[in-house]
Order: sequence, then C-alpha cells, then structure tokens
Amino acid sequence: MHELAVTESVLEIACRHAVKANAVRVTDIHLMIGRLSSIVDDSVQFYWDLISKGTLCENAKLHFKRIPATMLCLDCQHQYQLAGELTPCPKCNSSRVRVLSGDEFHLESIEIER
Amino acid sequence: MTEKRITIVEKILDANDRLASENRRRLNENTIFAINLMASPGAGKTSLILATIHALLDQSVPIGVIEGDTAPVTIDADKISAVGMPVVQINTGGECHLDAVMVENALDQLPLATLDLVIVENVGNLICPAAFKLGTHSNVLIASVPEGDDKPYKYPNIYRGLDVLIINKIDLLPYLDFDMDYFRQGVEMLNPGLKTFALSCKTGEGLEAWLSWLQATKPS
Repeated sequence: MHELAVTESVLEIACRHAVKANAVRVTDIHLMIGRLSSIVDDSVQFYWDLISKGTLCENAKLHFKRIPATMLCLDCQHQYQLAGELTPCPKCNSSRVRVLSGDEFHLESIEIER
Repeated sequence: MTEKRITIVEKILDANDRLASENRRRLNENTIFAINLMASPGAGKTSLILATIHALLDQSVPIGVIEGDTAPVTIDADKISAVGMPVVQINTGGECHLDAVMVENALDQLPLATLDLVIVENVGNLICPAAFKLGTHSNVLIASVPEGDDKPYKYPNIYRGLDVLIINKIDLLPYLDFDMDYFRQGVEMLNPGLKTFALSCKTGEGLEAWLSWLQATKPS
C-alpha cells in the first residue's frame, strides 16, 4: 500500500502551487493516472481526507482521470486499448506490440479560489 | 473571490525522483554500480545476492548491500554479514517499498569509497516498489517459476520499468505447469527485448551469464 506516500506527494505539490498562486482555498485536484499504474482511488481518497485537514487543500475534491493503456501492433499497425488484462493484438494476434500510453502518474491541475 | 484553474502537470512522485537523482550522483562519484533488486516475497532475492557475492568474492569485487524489510528483522542482513560484506538493514516500519530517502540514509552507512557494487534488496512486493525510483542504475526483477506464468499480465507496472529480468528456480520447471512461452510473451509485450537470465540459485545453473553481465556492466 503505497497510497499514503502518493497522497502526501499530491498534497505537497498542490499546496506548493496554491501558495504560489495566492490561493485561499483549493477546491479541486485533477490527477492523471494511467491504467498500467497501480493505485487504488478509494485508498488515496481515504488518506486525502485525513492528511489534507488544516491545509489549503482541506475539502478539495480529488478527480481521477484514468488514461487507458493503448497498445500499437507492430505487425498490422492496429491500435487497441486494453479493456482488462494484457492481450496480444486482437486483429492479428501478434504479440509484437508496444505500449503507447498507460504509464501516466501526474497531477494535472488544481482549481483554486483567491 | 475569484476561481481559477492552474495547470501543473507534475509527476506525482517528483520529489522522490529528485532525491533519487541525488543518490545516483553520489553513486557515480564513487564509481559504484547499483542495482534495485525487486521481487515478490520468497522469489530468491537474498539467495541471488549471496550467490553473487560468493561468485565475485574470488575476483575481489567489494559489494555493499542494503536490505529492505517491512518488519524489524535482520535475518537477511545477518546472512550478508556472515559472508563479510558491509550491509545496512532498513526497516520500513510497515511501508511496502523502499524510497529514495531511505536509500539516501542507508548510503550514509556504507563505506562507499571502497565499494564497486551496491545491491539494494527492495521489500518483497510486485506493486509498490515499481513506483519509487531509488537512484540505482539498474532495475532488476526476480520472477521465480513457482509464482506462476501469469505475473507479467497481473503486475504490468513493475515489468514496464525493468532493465533486467531474472527467472529463478528453473530447476523446479519439471514439476510445475509454468508455460515459459506465455510468460515471455507477456514480458515482451510490456518491455520488448528485456535482458533476461534464466537461472537457479540452488543448482547454480545459468548463474554464469548473470555474473558475466554484471561484470561487464559495472565500472571496472
């Protein structure tokens, strides 16, 4: 469970940028998480509620934007998204594929009041 | 009161990444090659470290070891000490992974100037260690065959960031339903061309190739 460490980092980044922008309050935080990254949204939310108390980010809403894992088949150039588990190309069954997206692990933006 | 959206796009674990770069700089200064050794519990991390130390002892390669465990134990560290290599035990206090700060503190306790190689044994876990850079040069994962052939499919994240994969306990293959082609197909889709060594720490089969790679890769 590395969600606590992740949540602490989110809080640190959000507060740092909020202070820089002279915010009185952060209302929303937008996270971009690729499907291949392992993170449990509920768990981050749980820690968030605990550790954001008394900070500029108290009561800010966390939004998780899940970026699909997109694969490119090198044999037939077909692009496909993983619905669940990792699969070879659904068109030609080749496993000569590359991951195009899905590794993202970013804080994309915050919404503030000032 | 005005409302505003501020675009940031910062890596969530950027602070850790920056500390990791500092660790890397320090290792490079001391011409040390460092490995982040990851695996699930029981895959053979300590066995591989011991086998590596024993093999390189003859060639007098000084190796420092950082042992990560969640519980306050020194079982693994004691084994390393027993073969006369400097070792630092990190107890993460329940945390499921090592991070750059923990490794920074551990590096303080190793005689860096005398070492050629540092092996960091991460906490046994296939999920969390994948997210935290330590500053080491090479991410190495041990997958042992009793764990099953579906692990790349179930834990894609850790396979994405690897430099080297070690398939351990191959002496057990005759007794298991481990489909090597299926396993390797999953690895290939996530991390094409990944350098892979199949070996057995118990019988020594395949160890030579791993050791040769290590010798050739570390600064001489």
